[in-house]
Amino acid sequence: MSPRNRAIVLGLGLLLLAAVPPFASLFNQPFYLDLVRRIMIFAIAAASLNLILGYGGMVSFGHAAYLGIGGYAVGVLAHYGVYDGLLQWALAIGTSALVALVIGAVSIRTSGVYFIMITLAFTQMLYYLGISIEEFGGDDGMRLAAKSRLPGIDLNDASAFYYLVLAALVLVLFFGHRLVNSRFGMVIRAAKSNETRTRAIGVSPYLYRLAAFVIAGAVCGLAGALLVNHTAYLTPEFMNWTRSGELMFMVILGGMGSVAGPVLGAFALLVLEDLLSGWTQHWQIILGPLLVLSVVFFRRGLAGLIREKND
Amino acid sequence: MRLEIAGGLERFEGPGRGTIRAPFFLPPLNLILVLEQTLNGLQLGVMLFLMAAGLTLVFGIMNLVNLAHGSFYMVGAYLATYFYATTGSYLLGVLLGLAGTLAVGVAVELVALRTLYERDHLDQVLATFGLILFFNELAAMLWGRAALYTNIPEYLSGHVDLLPGLRYPLYRLVIIAVGLAVAGLLWFVVARTRLGMLIRAGASNRAMVAALGINIRFLYTLVFGFGAALAGLAGLMAGPIYAVQPGMGELILIEVFVVIVIGGIGSIRGALAGALIVGMVDTLGRAFLKPTLATVISPTAADAAGPALASMLIYLLMAAVLALRPQGLFPARL
Amino acid sequence: MKQQFLRSLTVGIAAAFVAAGPAAAQQKVKIGFITTLSGPQGVIGEYMKNSVELALDHLGRKMAGLDVEVTYGDDQVKPDVGKQVAEEMLKKQQVDFVAGIIWSNVMLAVAPTVTDAGKIMVGTNAGPHELAGKQCSELFFTTSWQNDDTPEAMGKVMQDQGISDVYLMAPNYAAGKDMINGFKRSYKGRIVDEVYTRLGQTDYQAELSQLRAKSPKAVFVFYPGGMGISFLRQYSEAGLRGQFPLYSVYTVDEISIPAVKHAALGQYETRYWSPDLKNPANQKYVSDYRKKYGKMPVFYGAQSYDGILLIDSAVRAVKGNLANKKGMVAAMRKADFSSTRGKFSYNSNHFPIQNFYLLKTVAGPAGQDPVMEIQKTVFTNHKDSYYKECALK
Repeated sequence: MSPRNRAIVLGLGLLLLAAVPPFASLFNQPFYLDLVRRIMIFAIAAASLNLILGYGGMVSFGHAAYLGIGGYAVGVLAHYGVYDGLLQWALAIGTSALVALVIGAVSIRTSGVYFIMITLAFTQMLYYLGISIEEFGGDDGMRLAAKSRLPGIDLNDASAFYYLVLAALVLVLFFGHRLVNSRFGMVIRAAKSNETRTRAIGVSPYLYRLAAFVIAGAVCGLAGALLVNHTAYLTPEFMNWTRSGELMFMVILGGMGSVAGPVLGAFALLVLEDLLSGWTQHWQIILGPLLVLSVVFFRRGLAGLIREKND
Repeated sequence: MRLEIAGGLERFEGPGRGTIRAPFFLPPLNLILVLEQTLNGLQLGVMLFLMAAGLTLVFGIMNLVNLAHGSFYMVGAYLATYFYATTGSYLLGVLLGLAGTLAVGVAVELVALRTLYERDHLDQVLATFGLILFFNELAAMLWGRAALYTNIPEYLSGHVDLLPGLRYPLYRLVIIAVGLAVAGLLWFVVARTRLGMLIRAGASNRAMVAALGINIRFLYTLVFGFGAALAGLAGLMAGPIYAVQPGMGELILIEVFVVIVIGGIGSIRGALAGALIVGMVDTLGRAFLKPTLATVISPTAADAAGPALASMLIYLLMAAVLALRPQGLFPARL
Repeated sequence: MKQQFLRSLTVGIAAAFVAAGPAAAQQKVKIGFITTLSGPQGVIGEYMKNSVELALDHLGRKMAGLDVEVTYGDDQVKPDVGKQVAEEMLKKQQVDFVAGIIWSNVMLAVAPTVTDAGKIMVGTNAGPHELAGKQCSELFFTTSWQNDDTPEAMGKVMQDQGISDVYLMAPNYAAGKDMINGFKRSYKGRIVDEVYTRLGQTDYQAELSQLRAKSPKAVFVFYPGGMGISFLRQYSEAGLRGQFPLYSVYTVDEISIPAVKHAALGQYETRYWSPDLKNPANQKYVSDYRKKYGKMPVFYGAQSYDGILLIDSAVRAVKGNLANKKGMVAAMRKADFSSTRGKFSYNSNHFPIQNFYLLKTVAGPAGQDPVMEIQKTVFTNHKDSYYKECALK
């Protein structure tokens, strides 16, 4: 698909997304606005994972941790009466970046299944930590005291919040696209496909990977801040390792190594879960094999085998 | 009113228990208790080893990460329970359970996993994650979501007085014995038999073994089935003392992965070492961490930090091992 | 490729819109019942759902002449999924009542969502103290209890029995700590040790060895679900059952007994209800449940059964005029229905004022599982410890 056609298709997609709030109010179905907003927030998280997983080949099973960290940063500040959105969200992004730096510094020294396992272990540690802190509700979690206060936008207005998330998604995708096509991105992608060769040309992947890991963590922290405002509730469940698995599936289903892939993946997975659980309580026996089949056959995801070949 | 909580540990009541004065930073040691906890750690380690051996074997030979290994643990427990209940014989239940798990393992390998050998680990992780969902739901559909009733047969229940004051459940001693016997058997097979030689050769150089005319596919299926059977053995031994219900494999799966990462993936020796270390650290941590902390920080703080730290302990251990020695303690030479 | 992707995108969004249906023209009583239906905890949801169905059968599927429509939702033990399911029920199916919910953390996410939307929430299990106290709401009712009540009752039992010291164990999460705190509110003796284990832990041998070394006079634990089954088995196998009497809350019940059988014999629990509670409504519920489903009902079910009857009492009181929220709330406050627990009343925070009983697990009729039987009444007309923090009067 030529870049021009690609741009048209993306533009159409964005237009569709932008049309949801007016359509939702036209048909008196406010639920759908919430549903799509939730999906978009997860799409942002999946997009951040795509940077390190799709492009960088780093299988991080601990990515959901940053959703939790971002969420808790906002929630904890609100708990102590700090409602300034810019401050909260800056802290959410900053803390996530810091934690990603620490975890990444240790984990990126390993590779392959060791990397998977150690990222998983770190997430579990954070999860148990979250459960044991009673002040913030432990595993009961806490209600968000009040939504973040941002200049000019009232997050209590469903539509306004929706467009904010949409704007965030667009920005994340745009900067992601610029990043992977920059020199930095080239190193990451080169290291994924052939590490030995990358080293041979004199580039050490470690620092680049670490930087990518931190960026991914920071963006996911932002998603966490958005999520906690959306659910108006925070809980350590945000950090559960099965949530990381879901994010990974969104990236795979949508198509790794493509910018819009995670968005499609998020839609596909979450809509599927919602529909299936409405039909039968045994929905996992359908979803399980479906996921297996999708990995085996739809290796390149919904968004373009062709694209990857051209890259 | 909270009265004398962690600080009361100094007083051990109960007849005939020896107390030893320890260095100031440790709580007074009850030798019998420490011995008992050591046995507990050994038993937990042995169970973990049975699970880890199968998983590490499969990884070492076929380079396959199998998240659904916990499902074989569950299958073993369910089948053994079912056959024990229908035939009335515990031994028959064990044998049929093992055979059944082997069969399920082989079936899974033939149907679902063949395509994954050439894929990277990410695909394997995701595909086998899908298998977990499938098996859990299948168990729920066949036997319901409620836990099944299992029990230890008469001749295996009760206690043994190992030392004056140290009573230990017979069943757990049996588990330790079985686990160590399996470890010995595995060592013998891998180091001393032709099959073991093929396995070791296949781990070093797949293509060469195939070129020499050995049916690599059959070898893979055999090894995978055997690994599944080992997990099933762990499951059927765990059944009577834990709960047999859907999802039981996932509770232990992460610990098993921690074991093989610490021990070194692909190495059975590593699996044994890792399992025993994790079993010991986890058990001794749960038992003694809080009282030890209480001697250096306040009892109330130890109350809060102790349990949290104890649950994170094995992950911290894994992170430490990986930081110092990223390939694990005994990297794959099988 | 491009067409395929465009197609899937449009189909996805279109399908989502098309799946929505307009509100029914005929007036119905629409109830959304949220519980856990998948995963290992789905067994609890099964009992709740069955009890709701039984209640509807008993009511002839009508309330004040209107048809009743119940939609079931699965929270998957996750607060944000529960919240989403609730929102779907409120906005898409436009239910009049939301009921159910097993878990406190899910309840804390869902209840405010429902009450903020102006609908009545009838909780049928979780009773977090926030909803009993500071976050109480006019539109929130529960047919169960406040989480701390049950362990408070057990604390009193052990205090009254003159047990001088006790060893406490629970999983290390919010509910575990609540249970221990509730226990300590009424038990004033010596606490030998307070041990919190990892959530989901299966092997308790290490903790049991520690316990034996301490030789307490009695042991009090809280281990719900699979953790309880593991713990009970291991407690028996370790030979501790005869040595140290075991008291618990939410550990031994009609769901776990079939899995452990004799390993639970002799164990004490406190509860607001038991299948052998003698009143006409309960006898009808228990016998019809056993007839229809072949199993002994459990308290989760009894609470859900009562929840439907409570809603029915409200709908009848306003003669089907579901817009009259004030009337329904006033009717519910009266608790004017035949509850499986017998007569009870509501406190200002809409939590029941009820009795609590001491139950013991005894051998069942020959060849059958053990059963739980009431030994005596521990609390009469007990009020929870948080109602004073509630602004409602």
